[in-house]
Amino acid sequence: MLDVRDRQLIEIVQLGLPVSPRPYAEIGSTLSMSEDEVIERLIRLKQNGLIKRMGVIVKHHQLGYRANAMIVWNVPDNLVKQLGGHISQFAFVTLCYQRPRQAEWPYNLYCMIHGKDRATVLMQLDQLNEFCGLAGFDREILFSRRCFKQRGAIYQRATGTLLTHG
Amino acid sequence: MLTALHKHLLNDFQRDFPLSSRPYLDIANALGVSEGEVLSALTELNDKHFISRIGPIIPPNQLGVSTLVAMAIPEQQLQTVADMISAYPEVNHNYEREHCFNLWFVVIATDSRHLQAVLDAIEQETGYKAMSMPLLDDFFIDLGFKLDLHHA
Repeated sequence: MLDVRDRQLIEIVQLGLPVSPRPYAEIGSTLSMSEDEVIERLIRLKQNGLIKRMGVIVKHHQLGYRANAMIVWNVPDNLVKQLGGHISQFAFVTLCYQRPRQAEWPYNLYCMIHGKDRATVLMQLDQLNEFCGLAGFDREILFSRRCFKQRGAIYQRATGTLLTHG
Repeated sequence: MLTALHKHLLNDFQRDFPLSSRPYLDIANALGVSEGEVLSALTELNDKHFISRIGPIIPPNQLGVSTLVAMAIPEQQLQTVADMISAYPEVNHNYEREHCFNLWFVVIATDSRHLQAVLDAIEQETGYKAMSMPLLDDFFIDLGFKLDLHHA
């Protein structure tokens, strides 16, 4: 489904579109690809669902969303999909994943909530517990402190050259 | 202080950023301003770190493999270890969280062998155990985040 040119294009676009009148032409020029081809490929990748959304990626923290919590639950494996589906319906949930339990970490369902403050996040968590029936399961709330790094996913080839974040 | 234009740019173009020759002009036309105003407003948002970038959101595990890693690091070592980890190009998010597992980061790679090699290198370089929780299922459809900018 993806060819080499798609991958090269994604690598560059993940760094962010130039803020200048012809951003797709600029990206194309670094890949020897025409502006039309860049746009056509991006449209196709979006239609295929490889690109979930294309647009402005905001920094929650700087915009007043100071409380970021990762909440983890230990739920029965046969309920993960259903509960994950319910959790994802809430607008304040920004991510929801299933991950394997580990010896020192019994949790298998993860979600992320970005809120303006702790009290709001805890209230939103109460809503989740109530509406999704999560109250009976073991859980932990991990608020974030420092952000050391945040950027788009750039897939490194084992031997490839490294892209720097401009 | 955010202007009305800033607020529109932050909230209205998270999903369907125009895929056209002059996307900023299309946005300007939709908002009734000039292309130049859109470009300067976005540059300001960028300079003030209100936006990370304009780009695609790609679901995990489409282009490769990813894992969430947790480490328990003594407080006085945390910044040093976090810096070592952030230096890996395979690491794209790296956060301190309130827990005895206090360092959480995401590692991505094109294949699981390379991913494992990075985890091994991190353990060796830092001297701490890396607990890896690869993604099993992704329930969330990320359609952007509606910001309440009323008081911003």
